[in-house]
Amino acid sequence: MSANQKRLLRIIIGAVVFVMALVIPFSNHFVRFAVFLISFLVVGIDVIWKAIRNLFRGQLFDENFLMGIATIGAFAIGEYPEGVAVMLLYQIGELFQSCAVDKSRRSIADLMDIRPDYAQVLRNGELQKVDPDEVEIGETIVITAGEKIPLDAEVIEGTSTLDTAALTGESCPKEVKPGDLLLSGCINLNGMLTAHVTKEFSESTVNTILDLVENASSRKATSENFITKFARYYTPIVVILAAALAVIPPFILADASFSEWIYRALTFLVVSCPCALVISIPLSFFGGLGGASRSGVLIKGSNYLEALAQTEIVVFDKTGTLTKGVFAVQQIHPHGVSSEALVELAAYAESYSNHPISLSLKEAYGKEIDKQRVTKTEEIAGLGVIAVVDGKQVAVGNQKMLARFSLPATVPNDQAGTLVYVIEDGIYRGSIVIADQIKEDAAKTIDLLRRTRVKELVMLTGDAKSIGEKVARQLGLDQVFADLLPADKVAKVEELLKKKSAKGKLLFVGDGINDAPVLARADLGVAMGALGSDAAIEAADIVLMTDEPSKLFTAIQISKKTRSIVRQNIVFALTVKLLVLLFSAAGLVTMWAAVFADVGVSVLAILNAIRLIRCKK
Amino acid sequence: MKKSFKLVGLDCANCAAKIETAVQKIDGVQSATVSFMTTKMTIEAEREEMPAIVEQAEALVKKLEPDVKMVKA
Repeated sequence: MSANQKRLLRIIIGAVVFVMALVIPFSNHFVRFAVFLISFLVVGIDVIWKAIRNLFRGQLFDENFLMGIATIGAFAIGEYPEGVAVMLLYQIGELFQSCAVDKSRRSIADLMDIRPDYAQVLRNGELQKVDPDEVEIGETIVITAGEKIPLDAEVIEGTSTLDTAALTGESCPKEVKPGDLLLSGCINLNGMLTAHVTKEFSESTVNTILDLVENASSRKATSENFITKFARYYTPIVVILAAALAVIPPFILADASFSEWIYRALTFLVVSCPCALVISIPLSFFGGLGGASRSGVLIKGSNYLEALAQTEIVVFDKTGTLTKGVFAVQQIHPHGVSSEALVELAAYAESYSNHPISLSLKEAYGKEIDKQRVTKTEEIAGLGVIAVVDGKQVAVGNQKMLARFSLPATVPNDQAGTLVYVIEDGIYRGSIVIADQIKEDAAKTIDLLRRTRVKELVMLTGDAKSIGEKVARQLGLDQVFADLLPADKVAKVEELLKKKSAKGKLLFVGDGINDAPVLARADLGVAMGALGSDAAIEAADIVLMTDEPSKLFTAIQISKKTRSIVRQNIVFALTVKLLVLLFSAAGLVTMWAAVFADVGVSVLAILNAIRLIRCKK
Repeated sequence: MKKSFKLVGLDCANCAAKIETAVQKIDGVQSATVSFMTTKMTIEAEREEMPAIVEQAEALVKKLEPDVKMVKA
């Protein structure tokens, strides 16, 4: 039987005896007292025992001690039913708290379920099952269908689909083939994979994430610190007031009776423990952190979770954050040939190059390149490529290439990207605009962020002004700063930091590559698409596991929800406690009502906090 | 250096806060946190002072919460 089950059993037995004591009209006063005492002891013996133990340790402000005094005090002034009822309800409240805490701890343990239990290593030609901890870099592991990937590794044999949901919160499966990187924590759905281990377990993705989640609740939010500090003063003050209430009025007021004022003082003690409040705050943050990580947002501390909702300025890095960081053909301006023919010419001429621009041309062409058709290629630094395709000389390059063939520079209207000119046998055939692509959900993200407290959306980029401005215009950003070196980005962020209000936060989102200084300088540094990038995870406060910027909105929503629940709990619990204190000082509430209100508040505050754990994406 | 411990049997948030405050006050402790939800205590201090600090922390935990045990994580 677990501790909680034992407690429940005691509560039930105690309650039955208690009801008997209330219902049966005892003629003998002593028998009545004895029955109440029995139910009291059944229910509260552990509290009394702890109270006595704490008394000898000099801990007078301990909740068990105070509860013990309150209930024994009630017995002493002849209010047996009150004494038992207070203990009974107190225990019910404790049981409830304990169950709630267990439950949320378990929900995080479920999250920890991504921890792989074993790895299958190929050693001396034999497959061995070992602890992932014992596998070294360079060893070969085998992952069969349905297994978790134990360590980060590179596929050397086999193809399969991976379920990355545990890491990214997205259940869309990912295809892998030899040469691809496997991230630990993903589940191998079908094929068998053989892979080379690239990282030790302690450095592997799954362990990094687990560490991060485990430690997040150690970085406390301001409201959490406020409550613990409050609790430190609240209990002693209430106890001192209770003592004063018991002693002073009977001496001052002529018609005051001792037992009446002691009763009121004991009621004070009943609400002297701020426990529910103290529990509900970390519980809320814990739930928020867990909910966030389940939707693919890792938040490194309760403090960051709390601060997110106060974001006033969002600064985006362009490449890799709002845009894909992958070049693609955006526009084709043929001149005397068809679009297809123009792309074909360009793709063939560039077929031997691995430059991002060449790759995007080949991708736009979309067909297999028949290398037989290309007889000669020559790369001319700073200009482009001149090749012989189907016996014709094809030149592909920038404006300087046009000049080389003494052709006039024809500039199409749109310059937001790299322009590539195609010349066939000295004749201008047209131009192709190649540019980075804006991510599908970038515009939606901006739109969603406008609905939060964010006042300003800024973009920083190292790219040329024309490119940056076009992207900013398309997305509807407020400001854009282009042509920036990494150091300039820090300076810009510092400038923007001065613009925000005292409570507002500046959030920077980057892809975690080369922007560690900016991530550190911003109030909140967000690295995105950081799955598998240790440097980014290290530098950022918040990590978006996928490369969708819209996750930022999800994170802000979770933050908002957490904050409002925390605020509700603080206001609600404190108001009720204060009212109970005022009314009991005035003699308007019974001990019954006081403990009922107190336990009720605890239960409601905890239920409120638990809502966050169930929080959907 | 940082050292982590599990506080086994930690079942009250206020106690977690009490332990945290007390451990923070030990001489030589640079920072100390107790996470009630993960029942984890992290102490940061100089390497050479750590053994003495851990000993004091153990005693404090025992004094404040006799039912809680401090175990190496």
